[in-house]
Amino acid sequence: MLALYIRDVKLGIRAGGGALVGVLFFLAVIAVAPFAIGPDANLLARIGPAMLWIGALLASLLGLDRLFQVDREDGSLDLLILGSSRHMLPLTVFVKCLAHWTASVLPLVVAAPVLGLLMNMSPLATFATALTLLAGTPAIVFIGAAGAAVAVSLPRGGLLVSVLVLPLVIPVLIFGVSASYAASTQPDPFLPPFLMLCALMLFFAVIGPLAAAVALKGASD
Amino acid sequence: MAETTISGRLTNLANPTRFLELVGRFLPWLAAIALLLTFAGLAMGFAAPEDYQQGSTVRIMYLHVPFAWISMFCYMLMAAAALGTLVWKHPLADVALKAAAPIGATFTALALATGSIWGRPMWGTWWVWDGRLTSVFVLFLMYLGILALTRALDDPQRSARAAAILTLVGVINIPIIKFSVEWWNTLHQPASVMRLDGPTIHPSLLWPLLVSAIGFTLIFFTLHLMAMRAEIWRRRVAVMRRMAAKRAENRAPA
Amino acid sequence: MNHAVFVTAAYAVSAAGLIGLAIWILVDQRMRQREIAELEQIGVQRRSARKAKG
Repeated sequence: MLALYIRDVKLGIRAGGGALVGVLFFLAVIAVAPFAIGPDANLLARIGPAMLWIGALLASLLGLDRLFQVDREDGSLDLLILGSSRHMLPLTVFVKCLAHWTASVLPLVVAAPVLGLLMNMSPLATFATALTLLAGTPAIVFIGAAGAAVAVSLPRGGLLVSVLVLPLVIPVLIFGVSASYAASTQPDPFLPPFLMLCALMLFFAVIGPLAAAVALKGASD
Repeated sequence: MAETTISGRLTNLANPTRFLELVGRFLPWLAAIALLLTFAGLAMGFAAPEDYQQGSTVRIMYLHVPFAWISMFCYMLMAAAALGTLVWKHPLADVALKAAAPIGATFTALALATGSIWGRPMWGTWWVWDGRLTSVFVLFLMYLGILALTRALDDPQRSARAAAILTLVGVINIPIIKFSVEWWNTLHQPASVMRLDGPTIHPSLLWPLLVSAIGFTLIFFTLHLMAMRAEIWRRRVAVMRRMAAKRAENRAPA
Repeated sequence: MNHAVFVTAAYAVSAAGLIGLAIWILVDQRMRQREIAELEQIGVQRRSARKAKG
């Protein structure tokens, strides 16, 4: 399992600079926002957390379809499914999700504070947004794994995966954004939405790999 | 052991045929009753007195409420069918799931449309990001996702499994989405939305609503059975095409 | 404010939607039936149909 994790992280970093493209996409989305909204610093600071969240959401959906497709192309997916008698397949999927998150989504979380500067956000709000992203993005990856597994046999499933996953991640977006807002505006407590976000993440960590494993088994035979 | 699987396969083969026979016999009756009940319900609705607050727009309710009910009912039906596909591998379950998706999407779209038309004179706006409206909208998006998935995959076996998994993941998510959207909504305090709270609906309005709801539900079943029949025929055509191709292939070398 | 317009619009939209859906399904059925008839005319039979005859 550890070997699989390390292998996947290495592949994810090496293969066509997937992580870099994700961060670039994130940067592009955030950089374009002021042109659409106007350079008003106060307004940007106010919508900053929401923009960061939407950017991170789109950027992390971007690479999701490659989660199983690369393995399917070189045949190692069949090996993983064959080996499911020894290792539980959902666990394997879980590890693959973690590796994908480390390789291509964690850079987004790291980049978020820098982009927060561009959006003229206060240090506290920036920190809170990065923290919510850290807790929320795994949920996107886990539930996205189910979508990616369902569409794995499609040659061009990328857009479809995003369309399938987007309605399911709305709760994550809601709690993530409201937690980061609650941190910067005083009266609202930060903890309840943040804990809800964590609970969602843990819940999806169970549901996503399970569903993905069932889907992968179906796609292989 | 072998015998049970063979007999099981035989019933699997026979099942759709028997289903088609049954549908052929009952469908005209079902359709007639459905149309009759629906028109009766709507006519009763028009005969009923107007609501003192909402005037004649209350008549939109006889469409809107049944549509909203069917949009949820259809998703539950699809979830049950998804379980049937995954657990019992019932051959009709996956046909039911695939056939229900476009119908459910249509009813959900109509629920949103009629709600929007109702909201314009009542609330003064076509759309509010109200908790219930937003949830139904998300439900509509999920229907479209399932629709896109079933249309994107050619192999019926594979697409059945994929759609079933997606439906089940969706059904697990619906309560979460509902809860989070409501939470989000109270957080944002909608500025000036008049609440449509009729704590007690007068019986003169309730009866037509009930009749038309049953009528529309039967219409839904009629359409669903028709769509299932078309889907079974579609699969038969595919099988027959394959057999024809195989026969031609066998004949060619000889 | 004329409410009747909205009521009519709602009924028109619903009728259009449902009739459209019904027609689409009916056309789908008709097409499939025609395809089956065509294939049967060339002499392709399903396994179950052949068994019933023989």
